[in-house]
Amino acid sequence: MATNQSEIRYLTPPTIEVQKKKFCRFLKSGIKYVDYKDPEFLKRFLNEQGKILPRRITGTSVKYQRKVSVAIKKARHLAMLPYVTDLMK
Amino acid sequence: MSNQYETVFILTPVLSEVQMKEAVKKFRKVLTDNGAEIIHEEDWGLRKLAYPIRKMSNGFYNLIEFTGESKIIDTLEIAYRRDERVIRFLTTRMEKYAVEWAVKKRSGKKPVIADDEPVNVINEKEE
Repeated sequence: MATNQSEIRYLTPPTIEVQKKKFCRFLKSGIKYVDYKDPEFLKRFLNEQGKILPRRITGTSVKYQRKVSVAIKKARHLAMLPYVTDLMK
Repeated sequence: MSNQYETVFILTPVLSEVQMKEAVKKFRKVLTDNGAEIIHEEDWGLRKLAYPIRKMSNGFYNLIEFTGESKIIDTLEIAYRRDERVIRFLTTRMEKYAVEWAVKKRSGKKPVIADDEPVNVINEKEE
């Protein structure tokens, strides 16, 4: 029985991307407050266009994703973060 | 019931050092006159804005942390709106964790978690 598994010969072995276990960095490091005055930290949650990254990419939990999005919007209001940009920050 | 607030405001870059100090002193006076007690003050100096505000591309950032009644905020914001040197301001109430964070930040450098790589991992597809 075991033989027929190896019967399928792929030209190039399919690289199944090992899915890195996503974790919520706030729970892990115990940060409770997202500071809107610290643009460097908030930039990790933005993509190149300055848009807020979805939870499925960053893996943060709901509670902290909301805090991050509120903090990002405050930082944008204070012109610390751009609303939209094209260059890689 | 007095809460703790922090207010950040941006002054136009055309101000000289003296005028900028005087503007900050004016807002401190507005606060202390209305019974607020100023805890902490920060001056981030001239910083580049992420996008131009009123055709200006940088501004003086100032932060004031204070405790006081909630009606102080209305008078403070009226003062901001009247003063044409202030191009933007944001006043927020500090909840429990915010206060903790501010105290920790003032005492020692908050350990920024640097153990992780930039979060947007490579497989982020451009939607």
